[in-house]
Amino acid sequence: MAPGGSILSSRFWVGAVLAKKSIGPVRREFVPWENSDHPPFIEFRGVTKKFGEFVAVRNLSLKIYEKEFFALLGGSGCGKTTLMRMLAGFETPTSGQIFLDGQDLAGIPPYRRPSNMMFQSYALFPHMNVEKNIAFGLKQDSMPAREIEARVSEMLRLTKLEQFAQRKPHQLSGGQRQRVALARSLAKRPKVLLLDEPLGALDRKLREETQFELMNLQEELEMTFLIVTHDQEEAMTVADRIAVMDKGELVQVATPAEIYEAPNSKFVADFIGDVNLIEAKVTGKSDAGTRLVSVVDGFVIDSDQETEAGLGETVWYAIRPEKVRIAQGRREEGQVNQIDGLVWDIAYLGDVSCIHSKVGEDDHDTIRATFANISRMVENPITWDDEVVLSFNRDAGVILKG
Amino acid sequence: MTRGPTWFNITSLVLGFSFLYLPIVLLVIYSFNESRLVTVWGGFSTKWYASLLQNEQLLDAAWVTLRVAFASATIATVLGTLAALILVRSGRFMGRSLFSGMIFAPLVMPEVILGLSLLLLFVAMGTARGFWTVMLAHTTFAMCYVAVVVQSRLVGFDKSIEEAAEDLGCPPVKTFFLITLPIILPGVIAGWMLAFTLSLDDLVIASFTTGPGATTLPMKIYSQVRLGVTPEINAVCTILVGLVTICVIAASLVTKRQQVQRERDERAAFGADG
Repeated sequence: MAPGGSILSSRFWVGAVLAKKSIGPVRREFVPWENSDHPPFIEFRGVTKKFGEFVAVRNLSLKIYEKEFFALLGGSGCGKTTLMRMLAGFETPTSGQIFLDGQDLAGIPPYRRPSNMMFQSYALFPHMNVEKNIAFGLKQDSMPAREIEARVSEMLRLTKLEQFAQRKPHQLSGGQRQRVALARSLAKRPKVLLLDEPLGALDRKLREETQFELMNLQEELEMTFLIVTHDQEEAMTVADRIAVMDKGELVQVATPAEIYEAPNSKFVADFIGDVNLIEAKVTGKSDAGTRLVSVVDGFVIDSDQETEAGLGETVWYAIRPEKVRIAQGRREEGQVNQIDGLVWDIAYLGDVSCIHSKVGEDDHDTIRATFANISRMVENPITWDDEVVLSFNRDAGVILKG
Repeated sequence: MTRGPTWFNITSLVLGFSFLYLPIVLLVIYSFNESRLVTVWGGFSTKWYASLLQNEQLLDAAWVTLRVAFASATIATVLGTLAALILVRSGRFMGRSLFSGMIFAPLVMPEVILGLSLLLLFVAMGTARGFWTVMLAHTTFAMCYVAVVVQSRLVGFDKSIEEAAEDLGCPPVKTFFLITLPIILPGVIAGWMLAFTLSLDDLVIASFTTGPGATTLPMKIYSQVRLGVTPEINAVCTILVGLVTICVIAASLVTKRQQVQRERDERAAFGADG
């Protein structure tokens, strides 16, 4: 599924799932992508898009399934918006094909495609009131007036906009405008709803609320949603699967938990969440796992993961800060997965604390450990310049090739 | 800090406005002059307005001017709007800067040159000069003003609004009339009014391109003034000033009313919130 060689990590994790272990909580039993016979609903087949010399999307293939909530995630200029705009019909692929529900979309103009889009700027029609904005798409289909009325009032109810029906967009708050845009794009019951950074303009609280509303709507309407976002938290909250994009290519396509716990590259590990990347040499390989020795400080890492890298090769060991335990003291002689450190920086964030410990000569050689502040008072708290020992489990990190 | 206007402020205000409006005020006052001599006050009278109604020549000229202005403003608005659309929308294409330069050149081109070149063209084409040639000439130079005005309106236009319309199933041409045009309408109307007034008071280009039977009002006034200013001319000009004033006031009243209406709507809507 994941291009660029789905190294051992995915194989490993599939194994873990079979062994009644799961990565993260199971949100719903919906995994059409694991069945290779399941026909995709949207399919990009070798799609390339060039703007002059600039390659926005490079030979990209992707399958999205019916009723899936799919997220395209990446930094600005990674090609995610271009990919969505090609699906909507606003851009034409330089080469490759796009299929929607079995139909080749080539040559079909935007106004005849069975998808609707919610724009980043909302793009509401400023000279029409909320009701007319929502009804616009239905009128284009020459739907009977009575049905339009019924559908509009249904959309108003669904997005809790009833009392704003007669207002013009300039008389609405940002959150209300966002809901009008959503209602307008849902009104035609499109086969796919495309969401282009839909929540970017909202403040944090409202954004979180809306994310859950979006998820509920998607389940209620049983529609396929495709969301483009640069906000990894947003993608992880709403999506069934996430495609991480970089420089016009897919880096990894997987569920949020897999993306977070089993990133397939340094880029994904670094892009999603916070991560400690430890440069290390492979010193031992067996069926039970891999042994690494850190380039800095020479501590030994014992991992239950296998790696394609040969003996003596340099790899990266990626470990999330919340999987690193921190305690005062020094490591026990001969123990693996323990690192001596010196507290360098402390960040108290309320719910969690984050401690940066120096493990090498260089100031940059630090390892972050976070822990939940489960009690209000702490006896003998960790403080600056404390000698600490950082430890972690065998299955805590992921081995990544440079 | 002093409150209220100082003597310096009042003086500069009076001087400034006198400079702007004294000539017009004089013109209006002398249009009600009883005396035939323009510079000598002979008592109040409206007889020049009455005699104006008898002056077929002036009335003809006024009618020609209005027709020319209306037609040329309308055509210039259509063409200018299209030009503005192309300039703003089409992105980069071969010769874009040349094209935009060529559209705006008539703005700074001396009218004499524009008029002369149009005259040469009409002569070369063997066109009979008259109403149509004046109208075409006015369209030519008014178009670029319209393009400038509409362009400024289009620059702030969020293109995704049009994309949203197309995405919802509206074909491009229909999108233009349902979405784009209503949004840029204030710019288009402003462009039309500008073109209308430009055509109304143009003397130079009209003189070059007109022919027998199509004398515009400014031309008529100018030729009469050379023979001596009559109070009738003052009366005509006063009527023109009055017309323009009424137009401006009406326009501002309409906008003001819309604004008031909108504010009332907003209050009502927020009231309904509870």
